[in-house]
Amino acid sequence: MKRDFAGHALLQILVHLAGALPLLWLVMDFFTANLTANPIQAIEQRTGLTAVSFLAASLACTPLAWLTGWKNLTQRRKALGNYGFFYAALHLLTFFILDYGLDFAAIWGDVGKKAYILIGAAAFLLLLPLAVTSFNYWMKRLGKNWKRLHRLVYIISPLVVLHFFMAKKGDFLRLSGDILQPLAFAALVALLLILRLPPVKQALLQLKSKITRGAAV
Amino acid sequence: MIPKISSSEITPKSVYLSRRDFIKAAGVLAGSLALTACGVAAPETAGPTSAAPADGTAKSDEKGSPATSYRDITTYNNYYEFTTDKAGVADLSKNFATRPWEIEVGGLVNNPGKFSVDDLVKKFPPEERIYRLRCVEAWSMVIPWVGFPLAGLLSAVEPTSAAKYVRFESIFKPEELPGQKEPWYPWPYQEGLRLDEAMHDLTILATGLYGGELPAQNGGGLRLVVPWKYGFKSIKAIVKIELTAEQPATLWSSIAPNEYGFYANVNPQVDHPRWSQKTERRIGELSRQATHMFNGYAEQVASLYDGMDLAKNY
Ligand code: HEM
Repeated sequence: MKRDFAGHALLQILVHLAGALPLLWLVMDFFTANLTANPIQAIEQRTGLTAVSFLAASLACTPLAWLTGWKNLTQRRKALGNYGFFYAALHLLTFFILDYGLDFAAIWGDVGKKAYILIGAAAFLLLLPLAVTSFNYWMKRLGKNWKRLHRLVYIISPLVVLHFFMAKKGDFLRLSGDILQPLAFAALVALLLILRLPPVKQALLQLKSKITRGAAV
Repeated sequence: MIPKISSSEITPKSVYLSRRDFIKAAGVLAGSLALTACGVAAPETAGPTSAAPADGTAKSDEKGSPATSYRDITTYNNYYEFTTDKAGVADLSKNFATRPWEIEVGGLVNNPGKFSVDDLVKKFPPEERIYRLRCVEAWSMVIPWVGFPLAGLLSAVEPTSAAKYVRFESIFKPEELPGQKEPWYPWPYQEGLRLDEAMHDLTILATGLYGGELPAQNGGGLRLVVPWKYGFKSIKAIVKIELTAEQPATLWSSIAPNEYGFYANVNPQVDHPRWSQKTERRIGELSRQATHMFNGYAEQVASLYDGMDLAKNY
């Protein structure tokens, strides 16, 4: 019991460290002029990449908890998701403020109607209610519906991956161009979603119990 | 490779390096001195980014926009043959040999041949051309190239009357250009121009930068510069030039034909699915500025496209 509590606290600390480090690193790189000759684009890309990484980490908690039996992991998905939202918000603010200086006419007339921007915006708008309801107050108040609402992440994560593909120079339908990174995230997100399908989950749990029984003999 | 020291190197570098760059360059210098003092051989050449070959004058384009710093030009490179990380190209290309460099010129010509860049610069004396470079990704630079008009070389090889286009091909050497190991691109890089575009006086083959040699990360040994077109047309590390009757395929238009056309003229009226083509960010500046038709060279080149639908021929 005591050991579990220590593990719990350690995991919590690790998650918050992981959440703070990319921002610290970005700020440091900013002040040491380490953000390339085009720092605004670099910030835009770094925050986007960090956001999608946290979303994927959040999605990974539940399957990992099944596999390891470590329930603490399930409780960390919320914080990881919130960091995803936080970096997505920084990404968006970078775009609106640093990149376009809040010139909404220019944004709308210029890039606002591009499909990948609209897809990114849809992903962000869907993330918003999840972040707002991440407090315990809402968890209690929404009860079963909280879980249902948070299944929105099954839609959000593919949208983000699509936005990622489209933000890169290339054509993912022809598997050509700068697609390695988005392809890796697409594979990861697809895996994490497929693992949740009931038959896949069953098979996985059976396999796991076979292995642990085998190890016990 | 022993760098040639031109007389211009005597001019103080601080004249054109910003103070911060200057301090950095000084730091590198101090670092290499310290290495020598410890008995470790200092690198023969200082890193390509540590200092610039100088000619000491403050440079600007014909509209008065100041040239982008040597440091930014040589550390922010779109060169997927090395890496998609623009800040990583300089380091990955530092052992790439840009001399000796040879190109083959052939196809529909009367005098095909092989030329070394050293011969070319003797035959076609390079001059400084300060051009704006507008990347399709909506950033831009002002770059003091050193080069000679492509027209001179093309005239020397005498295109036949059947020649209508010029095709360019980059070096293919995956051992040295690690990005060429990636299966997602139809390497080698290839590009093309219509013959009249290629013969235009603004079109140059560049052999240098800021009065010095052309660094590997900027396309050395030899690159094309076509200032009124998006940067990806200005193919780097050219090893082959061919005159053809048919419009040649180009790397980016074979990857995503709906995004990158053959012409790729800078045009704020023609939208791109990803980046703004109406505005651009000049490297070194924070806010965006308007992008101009033909990158501001309309007066010189618009007549090449009389009667053409530029939205269709993007
Ligand atoms: C209104 C909402 C959004 C806008 C306007 C937006 C805008 C952009 C822009 C302009 C880029 C391209 C940057 C460049 O390479 O020049 C980009 C890339 C990206 N965005 Fe977004 N975005 C939005 C929402 C999101 C969200 C919600 C996420 C993730 C949770 C996200 C993740 C990414 C990623 C991973 C990239 C690729 C970064 C890279 O090139 O490495 N974006 N976004």
